[in-house]
Amino acid sequence: MRFTATSRKHNADEGATPDAYGNAMTTDGDDTRIVVAGAGMVAHRFLESLLSRGGPEWRVTLIGDEPRHPYDRVGLTSFFAGSSPDDLELERAHVDDERVRFLRGDTVARIDRAASRVTTRSGVSVAYDHLVLATGSYAARLAVDGYDHDGCFVYRTLDDVESLEAFVRRRSAELGRPLVGTVIGGGLLGLEAAGALQGLEVDCTVVQSSDRLMSAQLDRPAGDALRRLIEARGIRVETESVTTRLDADRSGQVIGLEFRDGTYAQTDVVVFTVGVRPRDELARGAELDVHPRGGVVIDAACRTSDPRISAIGEVANFDGMCVGLVAPGYAMAEVAATRLLGGVAAFPGYDLSTKLKLSGVDVASFGDAFAETSGALDVVYADPVAGVYKKLVLSDDAKTLLGGILVGDASAYGSLRPLVGGALGGDPVAYLVPSGGVAASTGELPDAALVCSCNSVTAGTIRTAVHEQGCTDVSAVKSCTKAGAACGSCVMMVKQIVGAELAKSGAALSTALCEHFELSRRELFDAVRVSGLSTFSAVIARFGTGRGCDICKPVLASILSTLTGTHVLDGENATLQDTNDHVMANLQKDGSYSVVPRIPGGEVTPEGLLVIGEVARDFGLYTKITGGQRIDMFGARLEQLPDIWRRLVDAGFESGHAYGKSLRTVKSCVGSTWCRFGVQDAVGLAVQLELRYRGLRSPHKLKLGVSGCARECAEARGKDVGVIATEAGWNMYIGGNGGFTPRHAVLLAEGLDDDELLTAIDRFLMYYVFTADRLQRTAPWFEALDGGIDGLRGVIFDDRLGICADLDAAMARHVDTYEDEWRATLDDPEKLRRFASFVNAPTTPDPSLAYTAERGQPRPATDAERLGSGVPIAGTTLEVRR
Amino acid sequence: MTLMDSPTPLAPGIGLASSEPVTDWVRVCDVADLEVERGRAALLGDAQIALFLLHDGRVHAVSNFDPYSRANVISRGIVGSRADRPTVASPMYKQVFDLRTGACLDTQGKEPMSLPTWPVAVDGRRVLVQSVSQ
Repeated sequence: MRFTATSRKHNADEGATPDAYGNAMTTDGDDTRIVVAGAGMVAHRFLESLLSRGGPEWRVTLIGDEPRHPYDRVGLTSFFAGSSPDDLELERAHVDDERVRFLRGDTVARIDRAASRVTTRSGVSVAYDHLVLATGSYAARLAVDGYDHDGCFVYRTLDDVESLEAFVRRRSAELGRPLVGTVIGGGLLGLEAAGALQGLEVDCTVVQSSDRLMSAQLDRPAGDALRRLIEARGIRVETESVTTRLDADRSGQVIGLEFRDGTYAQTDVVVFTVGVRPRDELARGAELDVHPRGGVVIDAACRTSDPRISAIGEVANFDGMCVGLVAPGYAMAEVAATRLLGGVAAFPGYDLSTKLKLSGVDVASFGDAFAETSGALDVVYADPVAGVYKKLVLSDDAKTLLGGILVGDASAYGSLRPLVGGALGGDPVAYLVPSGGVAASTGELPDAALVCSCNSVTAGTIRTAVHEQGCTDVSAVKSCTKAGAACGSCVMMVKQIVGAELAKSGAALSTALCEHFELSRRELFDAVRVSGLSTFSAVIARFGTGRGCDICKPVLASILSTLTGTHVLDGENATLQDTNDHVMANLQKDGSYSVVPRIPGGEVTPEGLLVIGEVARDFGLYTKITGGQRIDMFGARLEQLPDIWRRLVDAGFESGHAYGKSLRTVKSCVGSTWCRFGVQDAVGLAVQLELRYRGLRSPHKLKLGVSGCARECAEARGKDVGVIATEAGWNMYIGGNGGFTPRHAVLLAEGLDDDELLTAIDRFLMYYVFTADRLQRTAPWFEALDGGIDGLRGVIFDDRLGICADLDAAMARHVDTYEDEWRATLDDPEKLRRFASFVNAPTTPDPSLAYTAERGQPRPATDAERLGSGVPIAGTTLEVRR
Repeated sequence: MTLMDSPTPLAPGIGLASSEPVTDWVRVCDVADLEVERGRAALLGDAQIALFLLHDGRVHAVSNFDPYSRANVISRGIVGSRADRPTVASPMYKQVFDLRTGACLDTQGKEPMSLPTWPVAVDGRRVLVQSVSQ
């Protein structure tokens, strides 16, 4: 093939001498010349896909009529939130690639199929081996009188939004008041436009001709829920309202609209978002097949009726439809590029999934949202008070997810959308009720499923990392893909996927704790127990290598604590502890700590409250009530901790474990002592349980709850052990948790008396401590046991493994040897030495700490505030109440 | 004077030429003030440093400022090893640093950032740190 592009920028004369670019090309006789008409997002994706996989022989001429680099049109609304046009620009490298010539501010005027050439408006003639039409759409306006008055806009290009903003500012200055605006069209784009206008202080109404907002994506109840959210945001909504005329004043400025029912509304600015019209006139001129309703007809290979011409994106009509969403356009771009490169690919049809990008209004629609599949079932969850409506559409056997609608809380969109067409794996209600928590088994996750939402890493990417990049453990996958590198919530999910993939390839996920121990936590626990070793040095010398790390040291500290019952700061133990366990308080973001006095059962005397208040006041601490029925005091410095504890200990408190892999709290309702409905003393039991299990070190944190009746006000089923009172005794539930993957606890036993309950909890907790993996909470632990919950019942109630005596003895040792860790520290000068701020200045506060006041309390100053933005900043002595 | 683990030789004359950076060995504490395999913070002029005494008796000094969390917490991290390199893990977001060079060995998926280090000498029971100032 030969490149024979010719160019004359200022002369429409075709067939002129080759330009420098053309000459350069002719030196290589095997170039493949691609012309892309259009330089929007889909064209950009095509370019990226082709050039990243194609060799030097590909020569692309990109022709776009906007005088800009390709930009993110979907993110247009962010322009009003302060993004500059540059922020929206798409990756420049693909356009700047030496294989690309970019004619911007020009447009293809004519296609000469016989000569395989296009001619641009400015007269450039370019020959092609393959032509790609990616011309997109025009934003439509209503065909009513006055649609083009001054002050009427569409919402499609950066120029559109720039002129809209300029108009609003100018007109509002002229009128000396904020403007009244109307958005005609209540679809996705209309709502974004309304949000943008509102951001410009325009008092805004959305006018929609159908009976609900986003009628292409939402059913009636969802549309109604969305309407309430939009109205709550201060944007008026008029449905079933058809505009018939726009009026202007004498200077031509729009001033009002008339509707079909005869009503009239004043307006200063109008934005049309009534849909798009494919820019298919090039194709019509070239006599390609064009659909009667518009759009260049393509097949699944994205070819038009001329096999040397493809069409992708909004200009393409597939299966009788043109779609104004970017994702299907991207899919077409990939198909067209793959085909050109000689690969096999087919456009699978439109995925109409969408998510509204308007702050504070969460809406998503995906798959078969209208349940049009024959026999489809709906599962609906609606909470009109909270403004939440969620619907999942399932196949007739309720096993396959077909689609859904989420309004008011679309946090599950990322997890659900990739599951469309696959097994839902679990009770559909679980996906609807808790916010965002999806407990699907990872083995069934499709490759497209988003595992790490912080860094947008899919299950497929993780699988590739294992199979093609040789990752054999979670930390390798984390470095390679960034999965789990941000908030860390998905690490257990990543681990399961890595394990499953390694198993497929015949390898096993190493259960080694870290580079220092080949043993898993459970194996190490047994090794320490059987060997009777009692120090880290002895254990690592016998069972490990090296000097340990931040993974194996805390694990050993926990195991030794269970087996030997020594103080966390005794001897070498101290060096093994995470900073929280080491200073027995909670590290906060600025390096200060929080202190949480233990308040068993949430029961506290007025005198106790006063002491806590005085401590917080005297040390200048920020106070907050926790979710575990305690009071957290923030901003304590390392060197202040012993003084704070002393005050608490003197008043009869001990500090509490609000940190560490240990028992946190036992939450309770008020129980039968006060409550009209209570059937047993929930507070009394909660106090007893907290005092029994406090200080118990475990593979992960432990939370317990006690409810005094079936109303379950203590939310005990969200706890690792939940106890619920009945007339017949205590019901014991296990395996509940909140967090990233919320779980409801399941019933282990019913009608237990006090002693039976304590024995069952003792054995459950100790069996967990003995055998669970590091950072494995109780739910995944018991599910992985042989026989699951039945197996667990066998161990606890029937002693099927013959270990109950060991479990009971271990718990008895824990209960007997428990000491107030804080008081013991105060009594030991050696331990107290660790609480010096600096070894050479033991009481000097960390000079980098700085605080500012917010709502009458201190909080850490931000970096910007430290750099001096006029906000009062104090060092470590901010007083906010005196 | 027994010098251990001094990555750069002692300056032959302290505070000689005024155009050169002036270096000075500052006594920070005694070895007995440190705990094996646990850090201690110390003030070195305006700088906050973290001192670590290893099981072999060596002492290392790195910055106490964790560049990832932007808080002065490195001295409160867990000491360990990666292969034969002595390490500390930040208690905040668990990045792991080489105690000898300050290099970040495990960025937890973030961009690599390292810790400044200071030369340390152990003279009998005293711990000396070389402070550098212009």
